[in-house]
Amino acid sequence: MARWQDRRPGFSRRAQYGIFRGYVVAVVGIAAGAVLLIVSLTNPGAFGFARAIAGEAAHPAGQAGAEARAGSQTVIAAIAAYFNAGRQNAALRREVAAARANALGMQAVRQENQRLKALIRIIDPAAPPITSARLIGSTASSTRRFAVLSVGTRSGVRAGQPVRAAAGLIGRVIEAGPNTARVLMVTDPDNVVPVRRASDGLPAFVQGRADGRIDIRLINMGINPVRKGDVFVTSGSGGIYPPGIPVAIATDVRREGAGGRLASDPADADFVLVLPMFQPAAVAALAESEQRAAPSAEIAN
Amino acid sequence: MEVPKLSRPRLSPPRPVVPRIAVPRLPMRPEDIVRNRIDRAPLPLLAGGLPWASIMLTAMVSFSPIIASAPVLPPLAFIMFLSWRILRPGLLPIWAGLPLGLFDDLYSGQPFGSGIVLWSLALLAMEVIDERFLWRGFLQDWLAASSLIAAYILLAASFAGLAAGYPLPLASGPQLLISIALFPVMTSMVAWLDRVRLIPLRRL
Repeated sequence: MARWQDRRPGFSRRAQYGIFRGYVVAVVGIAAGAVLLIVSLTNPGAFGFARAIAGEAAHPAGQAGAEARAGSQTVIAAIAAYFNAGRQNAALRREVAAARANALGMQAVRQENQRLKALIRIIDPAAPPITSARLIGSTASSTRRFAVLSVGTRSGVRAGQPVRAAAGLIGRVIEAGPNTARVLMVTDPDNVVPVRRASDGLPAFVQGRADGRIDIRLINMGINPVRKGDVFVTSGSGGIYPPGIPVAIATDVRREGAGGRLASDPADADFVLVLPMFQPAAVAALAESEQRAAPSAEIAN
Repeated sequence: MEVPKLSRPRLSPPRPVVPRIAVPRLPMRPEDIVRNRIDRAPLPLLAGGLPWASIMLTAMVSFSPIIASAPVLPPLAFIMFLSWRILRPGLLPIWAGLPLGLFDDLYSGQPFGSGIVLWSLALLAMEVIDERFLWRGFLQDWLAASSLIAAYILLAASFAGLAAGYPLPLASGPQLLISIALFPVMTSMVAWLDRVRLIPLRRL
């Protein structure tokens, strides 16, 4: 390709100054960007208002996208079903026969289940979920892992509240606009979740690795008792996440802990629940004492 | 006297018979969409604004149906931006990285300011490449874009790593390969948009 234009515009002072001005604006822009970058690295919440406005602007598109996601899953399932229709047919016949026999038994079990559920109150009446919402977007190309919720402060969502799907923990809210909120996902390296092993309460931390997987780090060093397939649930320490929400499943055991994958893949979480903070008073006290200790921490950084 | 009838010379050579493909093809020229007449010109708003609008819309891809738990998508907006710059030098002003990078920062989840710096630097780098390598084919353009994209992904990931205090994730490798492979696709998309941009819709 040839040179696109002559950059010497002759004797026109105006044109010469125009070109010069362009370069000046570009260099000033880089400098301004560098300043903004340093500000946002030292104070991550600094430009939350701008992101909240941008999120509000894209809210309708995200809503449509969330519905398309649910739709496209069924489309792919329908195409897949076409390919193994014969095998499926035979299997379904067997299944229907078995299911007919089970159906009567199931009815009795369902009634019993309803009574038991009413008895144990799965949703804690003291701490009902704040709202349910859709995940309408995520930062798919950045190594920071944020998702965007379709609700915000108008529905009572505040920064710090945990977000879960049916299968497990998604993350916690870090910024909330009027109708959208940003969720720091469990896979973000900044998000550290205190967990315990579901079977025996072995304490550990889950930290994101930014590539969709997570690290499970044991608190007690020594012999590593983690086995492949162990399920870790939130322990409630730290005061943000309520205890008992599934977080991770160990997949590869290492010397100092394990690698794992999420209990709930945010890609197929259709609806999520925003829960109240587990111990807001304790978290506030912790933040306050951290702030008092902050000057020394700043220097240490 | 009878004049022998001369066959009139044809003004244009006969159109070669091209086998019609059943697939509906995009018109190759703006004139195929609207008849090119002397009293028509491209809409100024469309001709000037489509590059900006397309880059900004691509920046909002994060609001697409994909909720990713890993950085799997290539930086589509940046690739689109580079494609416009390479295909149509001079269309985006030299300072275009400032507003467009800022817009991308709002949606990309990167620490605010990283887009402004990196996009502006990319434009200046393209300026240098234009100075140094005057005659380039598509392969050289691809090479230049690949190195810029690689630098962009690595720097963006390390800015994000600075913010989170965590080293580069392994997922950047596949992301980089996908991005480089996607550049020709993106360029052809930009070329199509460029044809749309120049459709003569305005009556003079």
